[in-house]
Amino acid sequence: MKTRRIGALIGATTLALALGACGSSDDGTASGGSSGSAADGDSIKIGIKFDQPGLGLFDAGKYSGFDVDVANYVAKELGKTNVTFIQSPSKQREDLIATGQVDLIFATYSITDERKQKVSFAGPYFVAGQDLLVATDSDITGPEGLDGKKLCSVTSSTSAQKVKDSYPGVQLQNFDTYSKCLDLVVNGQLDALTTDNTILAGYAAQPAYKGKLKVVGKTFSEERYGVGLKKGDVALCEKVNTALKKMVDSGEWQKAVDANFGPAGFKVDTATNPPKTDACS
Amino acid sequence: MDELFDQFDIWSAFGQTIYLAFFSALGALILGTVLAVMRVGPVGIFNRAGAAYVNLVRNTPLTLIVTFCLLALHYQLKINLAPATSSTSIVDNGVRWAIVGLIVYHAAFVCEALRSGINTVPPGQAEAARSIGLGFGQSLRYVVLPQAFRGAIAPLASVLIALIKNTTVAYAIGVAETAAFMRDALEFRPDLSLMIFLLVAGFFVLLTMPLGILLTNLSQRMAVKR
Repeated sequence: MKTRRIGALIGATTLALALGACGSSDDGTASGGSSGSAADGDSIKIGIKFDQPGLGLFDAGKYSGFDVDVANYVAKELGKTNVTFIQSPSKQREDLIATGQVDLIFATYSITDERKQKVSFAGPYFVAGQDLLVATDSDITGPEGLDGKKLCSVTSSTSAQKVKDSYPGVQLQNFDTYSKCLDLVVNGQLDALTTDNTILAGYAAQPAYKGKLKVVGKTFSEERYGVGLKKGDVALCEKVNTALKKMVDSGEWQKAVDANFGPAGFKVDTATNPPKTDACS
Repeated sequence: MDELFDQFDIWSAFGQTIYLAFFSALGALILGTVLAVMRVGPVGIFNRAGAAYVNLVRNTPLTLIVTFCLLALHYQLKINLAPATSSTSIVDNGVRWAIVGLIVYHAAFVCEALRSGINTVPPGQAEAARSIGLGFGQSLRYVVLPQAFRGAIAPLASVLIALIKNTTVAYAIGVAETAAFMRDALEFRPDLSLMIFLLVAGFFVLLTMPLGILLTNLSQRMAVKR
């Protein structure tokens, strides 16, 4: 009797594990394929974030967000009908491109000189800026009023570094994910969450936090989101730039902005947006 | 290499890791010893409490424990381990709660390592101690535990090495230790990624390898010859 019960337990565990494996392979299939580079065929592999509401989100089998919309448009302009999205966490972006696991990356990928040593950038297709997300009743109106406040951010994000350098009077609580910050800001244990305004807008618009959080709206940095691609691939870069320009000119870019950032009440800085693309190199 | 040292505060990150490891190891040794005594003692309720603690904590992921310490105990229940008004309260609370989490977790392993050490002491030793009139506490202190510690040096060394490497989990609650430096450096200097990996790996090897050799050596010299 006892052995049978143990057997049943083992069986159930195995089944659960097997099912779990099935579930995870849904989003894992993307990395398995080994089709050619962006230059041939009608398929393309694009790296996006899977966990950034408003920008790149994979939820209930659907991809949504501004990065996704731009990526789809560019892919269509490049003549690729078969788009595979691949999750690209910040740390892995350079390696995913270098090893050819993705052809293009649209993942809140700020153009910096350090990154240019490993990848090339097309774009930028959006200029974001570092901003503050505070509770609705907060009296913080901009970075000047931050002295002595407690801020939340994510370890090794550009925003955390920037606050450390520019506002030494601020105390910074770092976590490994932004979601840990949100409840603490809502409940007043911390004063603000800081990162790119696009990301903040996505969180402010989430149903769970609607009406409890607001984006301050005073940016104090410039993050130019580019399209990451293989270093030195000027031809592809120029094609992407042409597609981005067409997207802006046709009004599709504005549509994507309204659809993704509109619900959060997030005003796009029109002085810097839509941005002019850089020259390819 | 110099670029990295100029751009990041690597020494303070390494120092933070050693600080975490030192105080966590000390705390875990004390708490673990208490737990081991509870588990081998004659009081039934202590036996069960000790066993329950070990089984609960040993089977909980460390990241969860450390995150729980800061988010639930500090932020929700408002238990401060550093003055809330100080200008470094976030950093101090982070470090101290990380140490608490590491102690709580590794005490379970220290307890089991010590219990295995106690098992190396022949039952005759404890019986002899009782027969000359020593109580439970006395026989533990003068007869059983000294031999148990000598027999447990090797498993305790494994726990210590695991603890040193597990300090990297503290980055989850924002402690600026070696893993946080690594993430920082990989994010901002992807061009030097290989160098960063080698540096961090080298640091940990430098820290744990001599310790492992030393303690293994010690365990052989200290073992009770029977």
